[in-house]
Amino acid sequence: MENAFGQPQNVVVLGGSSDIARAITKKLCAARAHTVILAGRNQTLLDEAAREALDYGASKTDTVLFDAEDVASARDAVASAFAKAGDQVDLVVMAVGLLGDQVRDQSDVAAATRMMSVNLTWPVAALTEVRNRLVAQGSGRILVMSSVGAVRVRSSAYLYGGAKAGLDRLCQGLADSLEGTGVTLQLVRPGAVRTRMTEGLREVPFTTGVNQVADTVIKGLSKGEAVIWSPPILKYVYAVLRHLPRPVWRKVMDR
Amino acid sequence: MSRERLYGWGRTTPAMSEVLTPTSEDEVAQELSLSQGAIARGLGRSYGDAAQVSGGVVLNNRSLGGIGAIAADGVVHVGAGVSIEELLSVTIPLGWFIAVTPGTRQVTIGGAVAADVHGKNHHRDGSLGDHVLEMRLVTPRGTFTISPTLEPELFWATIGGMGLTGIVTTVTLRLHKIETDKVIVDTTRFANLDDVMAAMVARDDDYRYSVAWVDCMTKGASMGRAILTRGEHATRRDLEHASLVAPAPPRLRVPLDAPSGLLNPLSIRAFNELWFRSAPQRREGEEQSLGTFFHPLDGVSDWNRLYGRRGFVQYQFAVADSESDVVVRAIERLSSSGVPSFLAVLKRFGPANHGLLSFPISGWTLALDLPVGPGALPGVLDDLDELVIEAGGRVYLAKDSRLSPEAVRVMYPRLPEFLEIKNRVDPRHQLASDLARRLHLVGK
Repeated sequence: MENAFGQPQNVVVLGGSSDIARAITKKLCAARAHTVILAGRNQTLLDEAAREALDYGASKTDTVLFDAEDVASARDAVASAFAKAGDQVDLVVMAVGLLGDQVRDQSDVAAATRMMSVNLTWPVAALTEVRNRLVAQGSGRILVMSSVGAVRVRSSAYLYGGAKAGLDRLCQGLADSLEGTGVTLQLVRPGAVRTRMTEGLREVPFTTGVNQVADTVIKGLSKGEAVIWSPPILKYVYAVLRHLPRPVWRKVMDR
Repeated sequence: MSRERLYGWGRTTPAMSEVLTPTSEDEVAQELSLSQGAIARGLGRSYGDAAQVSGGVVLNNRSLGGIGAIAADGVVHVGAGVSIEELLSVTIPLGWFIAVTPGTRQVTIGGAVAADVHGKNHHRDGSLGDHVLEMRLVTPRGTFTISPTLEPELFWATIGGMGLTGIVTTVTLRLHKIETDKVIVDTTRFANLDDVMAAMVARDDDYRYSVAWVDCMTKGASMGRAILTRGEHATRRDLEHASLVAPAPPRLRVPLDAPSGLLNPLSIRAFNELWFRSAPQRREGEEQSLGTFFHPLDGVSDWNRLYGRRGFVQYQFAVADSESDVVVRAIERLSSSGVPSFLAVLKRFGPANHGLLSFPISGWTLALDLPVGPGALPGVLDDLDELVIEAGGRVYLAKDSRLSPEAVRVMYPRLPEFLEIKNRVDPRHQLASDLARRLHLVGK
């Protein structure tokens, strides 16, 4: 069970081998996380993340393999993660995502479709199953990794940003649908983060490290913020950016 | 049956549960047999997640009522759902008071037994469990009459057992004889913690009731300044006009949630200052009503809403006499971390009883009210846990909403015995609360 400070004990992380998910998991384990189930597509990385969780204080970990390109796998992946958790699940982190290569993907129908599957369709399928289970439990939190790129989609990453935009808006409605169920959903909108996913890309303003994102997320979790921006100042930066006239927006963001 | 959002008095971790209100022992037994994850709930005064079970069944005990006739020796049968307020409204006019009362009348007898509540007279009279002669307990393995001689193991697992051994339906209590509805109170103000603790060690035994309120927000020489109030029931000879009238129900209520942050270091410091200065340096023989002396916060209902949307936690620990410096170090840790805390309550405990999870142990206890919000608070309380564990002390489960299962195992060394007895009457682990799940007390 989660305690009075919003520190969960039983955690399921979907996309558990991503750098941001691992940083969040470590901090959760350093607080109260006891059981951590990590689900992802790479067993080696998941095992590494599981060892890390134990190092940081978890006492039970397990892993679940799935392929986010196979939308039909979502339900079983969630069911299996919950079964391995054994008890109530206090927090589900949805950190499944693929940045892709916009230049290559945008002319390839299969690749564009894959970007939608991994970043939107699989997460929505999984969240549907998560929602059913947590509502039946009568308590629990869902943390969904969105992106500031979802607030206004840039031409240079419209497949990723567009899919995240779909997920982000859908989750706003999903969060409201949970009112009165004992379950809550919180969105995380990080700016650019230095991870394996962004390696080799040019660094933009307000780029942070994964630990800083994780710190912001942990604070936002316990405060119950509906949308957690990282770094927090991006909330105000995007309040301006999103309303820029298109020619100006293109000039600023699509260099 | 209705699905309801429930939380404890601290309003921190809500959970949706099915709420049922059985009206008889048979109904309790029937509902319990059908439930996976069930816990009794009274008036919801435990601070954390003890009286809720998310996704499970909460058995509201308020329809398990009834107050029997009071025997000449003060023995009375009471329904577990009767509140102390309701009980006192019947007993005080007849010249009887409950042997042990917590700081509020708004708890049910069932809940009071489950928490093995203590009061200002623990150093003399022990906790409520010491005045329980017999109980009826519905478990998944049948209904038992339990007492210190009948099924004593189950009895002492149930006293302080946080409702996890079954649903208590009736309690037989021994009441305390009173001649009037007044208490004769001596009040003394102390400039620092050392002085008040020395005074309590020296003279608490001369009084039936004793408690000190400590200011945790002052630093330096006046760290832990305090007001000590001690009293005795007034006899007819003490008063010109003796009466026996039960305290009235609350007249004021907090109508809505205050904005979070209303209680901040500044406002709390101001309140503590005002409160400290309003107490007399020294006053003896003051007449106070039973309600004013025992239940000062009952004058305002829903006062917990003052803490705003994020709620508050209470931290209460007990340590042996030889570890009295833990009290000093805990207050130092709080006052230096800038974590705001309302007036803390300091008391001396007498010997422990046989309750396996009962909280009181001989020595000192300190209780703190802390608004949720400051980022440092979770860490500060984890530090205090370590201090308390090192000193062989423990934290009160009825107040808890943030302990770890590992800490509880060390603080309550008889937990394995408790779980063995629980498994015997609840082999399928049907009895559970969110607190039990969080602290691994369900028994899987």
